[in-house]
Amino acid sequence: MVQIPDEHGYFGNYGGRFVPETLMPALIELNQSYQMVKKDEKFQNELKYYLSKYVGRKSPLYFAQGLTEYCSGAKIYLKREDLNHTGAHKINNTIGQLLLAKKMGKRRVIAETGAGQHGVATATAAALFGFECTVYMGKEDVRRQALNVFRMKLLGAEVVAVDSGSCTLKDAMNEAIRDWVANVENTYYCIGSVAGPHPYPEIVRDFQSVIGHEAREQILEETGRLPDYVVACVGGGSNAMGMFYPFLEDQQVKMVGVEAAGYGLDSGKHCATLTKGKPGVLQGSYSYLLQDEHGQVVPVHSISAGLDYPGVGPEHSYLKDINRVDYTSVDDNEAVKAFQLLCKTDGIIPALESAHAIAETVKLASRLNDNQIVIVNLSGRGDKDVNSMAEIMGVEA
Amino acid sequence: MNNRIDNCLTQLKEDKEKAFIPYIAAGDPNLNTTVELVKAMADAGADIIELGVPYSEPMADGPIIQKAVQRSLEQGTTLPKILDSVKLIRQTKQVPLVLMSYYNPILQYGLEDFVKDAVQTGVDGLIVPDLPVEECHQLFSLAVEEGLYLIQLVAPTTSNSRLKQVVRYSRGFVYCVSVTGVTGVREESNSKICDLTGEVKDATSLPIGVGFGVSTPEQATDMAQYCDAVIVGSAIVKEIENNPDNAINIVSKLVADFKSALAS
Repeated sequence: MVQIPDEHGYFGNYGGRFVPETLMPALIELNQSYQMVKKDEKFQNELKYYLSKYVGRKSPLYFAQGLTEYCSGAKIYLKREDLNHTGAHKINNTIGQLLLAKKMGKRRVIAETGAGQHGVATATAAALFGFECTVYMGKEDVRRQALNVFRMKLLGAEVVAVDSGSCTLKDAMNEAIRDWVANVENTYYCIGSVAGPHPYPEIVRDFQSVIGHEAREQILEETGRLPDYVVACVGGGSNAMGMFYPFLEDQQVKMVGVEAAGYGLDSGKHCATLTKGKPGVLQGSYSYLLQDEHGQVVPVHSISAGLDYPGVGPEHSYLKDINRVDYTSVDDNEAVKAFQLLCKTDGIIPALESAHAIAETVKLASRLNDNQIVIVNLSGRGDKDVNSMAEIMGVEA
Repeated sequence: MNNRIDNCLTQLKEDKEKAFIPYIAAGDPNLNTTVELVKAMADAGADIIELGVPYSEPMADGPIIQKAVQRSLEQGTTLPKILDSVKLIRQTKQVPLVLMSYYNPILQYGLEDFVKDAVQTGVDGLIVPDLPVEECHQLFSLAVEEGLYLIQLVAPTTSNSRLKQVVRYSRGFVYCVSVTGVTGVREESNSKICDLTGEVKDATSLPIGVGFGVSTPEQATDMAQYCDAVIVGSAIVKEIENNPDNAINIVSKLVADFKSALAS
């Protein structure tokens, strides 16, 4: 497999470390520590132990009979990350990073969160391993993801509502970075996506790759062949990167990353960074970015808090430019419909983020024939979204 | 080619004086006021003036400068308009001007165009708080070619071996970040700043500026023992926030207070 990123943290033209000098020594230290544990069998075994006994891996690869019948096209398999402890793929990464933080002797951990899934996963791993934990969350997201806020507090984390900028994920990340700048000596910053400065895009991808490795093995075992397509939603892009990475060398497997088109691609209010953005620097890395001609980040919108982000991980930018992954988008309405559809066809309530991937899968599978296979990453469960859905549907939850 | 920053700091050194460098966010409360503020600060004794280029994601800044940047962006401030303002300032004032900008606005302007236009309008130096030396090579070469001084930051977390690398890419002076943290007003100054400035002195003959968290004339005097220039941002920006209509008088007085404290 091609070794990316390079030693400077670049995936082709994208990535790098665009951070204040105060943080550079910490990033260099983090990279050294990570490269050590990456090869350390004892660390990897410990990680495997927690992923198996605590998170509940492997997650099933489920043949979605109902959705397949509905589309009457390709066979659809769901990678059930929603069945992980805490209800999303995010825990794969937080267990890994907090084991690393423990090795590095840090006592305190901070995180940013959008939908709250990464915040909950960080708070969970912090409780498990005995870290002090602070989670930054945009004020707007605190409102629309109230359930997750309470879960984090139950788990012993302090939740800081961020009241700057658009009061969403990117502002939470700015505030987490400011905290890290001030407390870098004792604090580990647990980034939840494949974004941010090097080595985070690599670390998060590696810890999430368990998704794709398992899915690849499971589909081979069950059908004796590789899938024709794998599909995943892309905000920052961690669940997609985790799913795609182990399939990158399998040239016959096509990949589709699904961004949030919000109110529509022409509305100016969406999060389709790879579709509509152009390269720039945001929060530590050079990647596609939704920005105006003067390089100011523009306001974005998605119904899904986890996708409501104007940037994207640098490896996705690279995979777009080399045409290895096809990036497309699904708007709020399509996501809401897919959310309701999966509830009825298969008895599964998906996260609104994952519902974007489901919506694209329905379109895709309907065009294919029943000899073909699509794997879609069901990155999280939808319990956190039921209040928003009730609001949208005009009923009391 | 003579750079105004060199001329200024060399002269002050001969006179055994310390430089005072105020920072304001360009376009706060609007660019017309910025032009007047710069002129007034120069008259009040500012030796070099730092102009912040607003960016929507100011991750190295505390709440005071974040709000100023927000006000400036709401006024429609852009980098090209800031360069226009520099041109206006240069019609009457020769005070050295340093732009402090996050990387993305410069990147989107185009690095080569930016460096040329900045020098042509009369900008002397540039600080990019999210561009560590590892990422600065392209901008550094362009800046060296055109005579624009790229000023590097060093922090209390910077190791001695790293510091030696960083200062090699600095021109004009080296900016010592006095605290491990973002910009802002702080009650206490860092008593360990002498460790950092001492290491910089051993590594380079460039003058040393100290900033971040310096907010009173007393703190400035305290810092001045260890450096050649003191940089004050949030304490000045706060006055502009509190007195948008009378900013010029109040900021002039504050700058004069800092300057006289440094002279005493």
